Amino acid sequence: MSATAEKVPSRRHAARLREGRAAWILALPFCLLFLTFTLWPVIQSLFMSVTDTRSRDLRTPFAVEFIGLENFTRAFSDEKFLTSAGNTAYFVLVGVPLTMALALAAALALDKGITKFRSAFRLGFYTPVITSIVAVAVVWRFLLQDEYGLFNTVLGWFGIDGPNWLGDPNWSMPSLIMLAAWRNFGTGMIIFLAGLQSVPWSLHEAAAIDGANTVQRFRHITLPLLRPTLLFVTVTTSIGYLQFFEEPFVMTRGGPLDSTLSMSMYTYQQFGFGNYGYAAAMSYIIFVVIAIVTAIQFRLLREKT
Amino acid sequence: MLNKRKSHWWLYAVLTVALVAVIAPFVWMVLGSFKSEGELRQAPPTWIPQSPSWDNYTELFSRLDFGTYFTNSIVVAVAVTAGNLLFCSMLGYALALLEFPGKRALFTVVMATLMIPGVVTFVPLFVLVANVGLINSLPGLILPFLVAPFGVFLMRQFFLGLPRDLLDAGRVDGAGELRIFAQIFLPLAGPAMATLGILTFLGSWNNFLWPLVVAQTEENYTLPVALALYSVGQNSTQYGLLLAGATVVLVPVLLVFLVFQRRFIEGIATTGIK
Repeated sequence: MSATAEKVPSRRHAARLREGRAAWILALPFCLLFLTFTLWPVIQSLFMSVTDTRSRDLRTPFAVEFIGLENFTRAFSDEKFLTSAGNTAYFVLVGVPLTMALALAAALALDKGITKFRSAFRLGFYTPVITSIVAVAVVWRFLLQDEYGLFNTVLGWFGIDGPNWLGDPNWSMPSLIMLAAWRNFGTGMIIFLAGLQSVPWSLHEAAAIDGANTVQRFRHITLPLLRPTLLFVTVTTSIGYLQFFEEPFVMTRGGPLDSTLSMSMYTYQQFGFGNYGYAAAMSYIIFVVIAIVTAIQFRLLREKT
Repeated sequence: MLNKRKSHWWLYAVLTVALVAVIAPFVWMVLGSFKSEGELRQAPPTWIPQSPSWDNYTELFSRLDFGTYFTNSIVVAVAVTAGNLLFCSMLGYALALLEFPGKRALFTVVMATLMIPGVVTFVPLFVLVANVGLINSLPGLILPFLVAPFGVFLMRQFFLGLPRDLLDAGRVDGAGELRIFAQIFLPLAGPAMATLGILTFLGSWNNFLWPLVVAQTEENYTLPVALALYSVGQNSTQYGLLLAGATVVLVPVLLVFLVFQRRFIEGIATTGIK
C-alpha cells in the first residue's frame, strides 16, 4: 500500500521533470539568440553610456575610462542635442494628434458612414503603411519639389504659390509630419475599426430614441467606449514618433539648418563620428523620455473609476 | 428607428478624394518609372508617359546590379522569417502550455524589451557584430533579427487560445512532449504563423538602417540600401532610374499585401503592432 502511495508522486514528479526539460529545449534557441543580440547589447549600452568609449576602443573594450554621468550632462548642454529634442517634440506634438485624427475620421467613416466599397477604401488607406521608407522618400522628394513638383502644381491650380517644402527650414518639418501622417494613419485606422466593433449598436439606438444627435452620441457613447483603443493607439504612435529617424534621414539628412534633426538622428550621427559612449547615453535619454511619456499617457487616458 | 449604416453620398465623395490623395504617389511613381529624364523634368509634370519605355529598368538590372540586391533582400527576409516562425513558436508554445522553472521571469524579461527603442541596442550590436567579423556579410544582416519578442507574444497568445485537452490527450497516448508540440499543436498554428510570417517578412524587406551600416560593399547591399545610396550618390539626378528602383522595392510588397491582406489586417487588429 505504501509502495503505491510513493509511486504516484514520483511518477508525477518525473512527468513534471520531463515537461520542464521539454520546455527549456523549446526555449533554448530563442534564449541564446535573444541573450546575445538583445539583452547583452542593452546592458552593454548602459555600460558604454557612463564611459568615454570611442570607435578606436573597439578592440580593447575594458581600457575605457569610467566618467560617471558626464555624457548625460554633456548632452543637456549640447545645443545641437537640445535643438534635436525641440524638433522631436514638435514632430510628436503635431504629428501624433494629426495622425490619430486622420485615423479616427477614416475609421468612423468606414464603420458607419458607407455601405459599399468598405474593404477597398480600407485597403487603399492601409497601403502606405507597408511601403519602404526609402522608396517612399524617392517619390515624395519629387512630389515636394519646388519647381515641377506635383504638390506645388496642384496648389498652383488654386492660385497658391507653394513653398520650397524641403528646402525652407520653416516648411521642412511640416513636410515630414505630412509624410509621417500619410504613412502611419492606416495602422491607427485598422485598430480603431476593431475597437468600434465593441461599441454596441443598442446604446446608439437607445440614445437616439432619447433624442441624442450624432455629435452627442459620438461624444457620450463612442468616445468613452473607445477609450482603451484610444490609449493604445496614442501610446504606440507616440513611441514610434519619439524615435523618428527614417523620415529625416532619407528626406532631408536633418537639414536645412538642422530644422529636421531628431534625437535618434543626432544619436546616429554621434555614432557615425565614433563617439560610442556619448551616443549610448543619448539613446538612454530617448528611452527614459519614451517611458515617461508612456506613463503620463496611461495616467491621463486610463479608465476613470 | 436608427439606421445601422446609412450611406451618405458626400462621404463617398470625401473618401474618394482622400483615397486618390493617398494612392496618387504610388501611381505617379510607377508611371514615372517609364518616362525619360527629359519628361520627368517638364513643368507642369505629366501623368501618362509620352513614350513609355523599359529603359530605366534595363539600366537598373544591367549597369547597376539590382538583380544581386534583389536576391540579397529575398535571402535575408526568408532567413529572418524562418527563424522567427520556428524559434518564436517554440518559445510561445512553452510559455502558453508548459510549466517550467523560470517561466515567469523569462516572460517578463522578453516582454520588457518590447518597450526598449532600437537605438539603445544599435551601438553595442554594431560593436558585437564587428568583433565577431560579421560586418559586411549576409549573416551579419540576418543573425540579429532571427528572433523578436513580438513573435513570442503573438504565438503565445495564439497557443493560449487552443484547447489544453489536446496536450493531455497526446500525453495519454504516450507521445513525447516535443512530438506533441511538433505534430499536434504546430499544424494548428497556421493562421498565427501566417500573420507572423507576413509581418516579419515585410519588416525585414523594408529594414533599412542596420543593413545600411553593416552592408558596406555592393555584393551585400539589400534593395533599400542600394536605393538610398543611389539617391544621394552620383545617380541622384537620374530621376527615372530612382523611380524604377523605388518601384522594384515596392511592387513585391504590394503584391504580397494584396494576396494576404485579410491576414495582415487581422494581425494588426489583434496585436496592434505593424
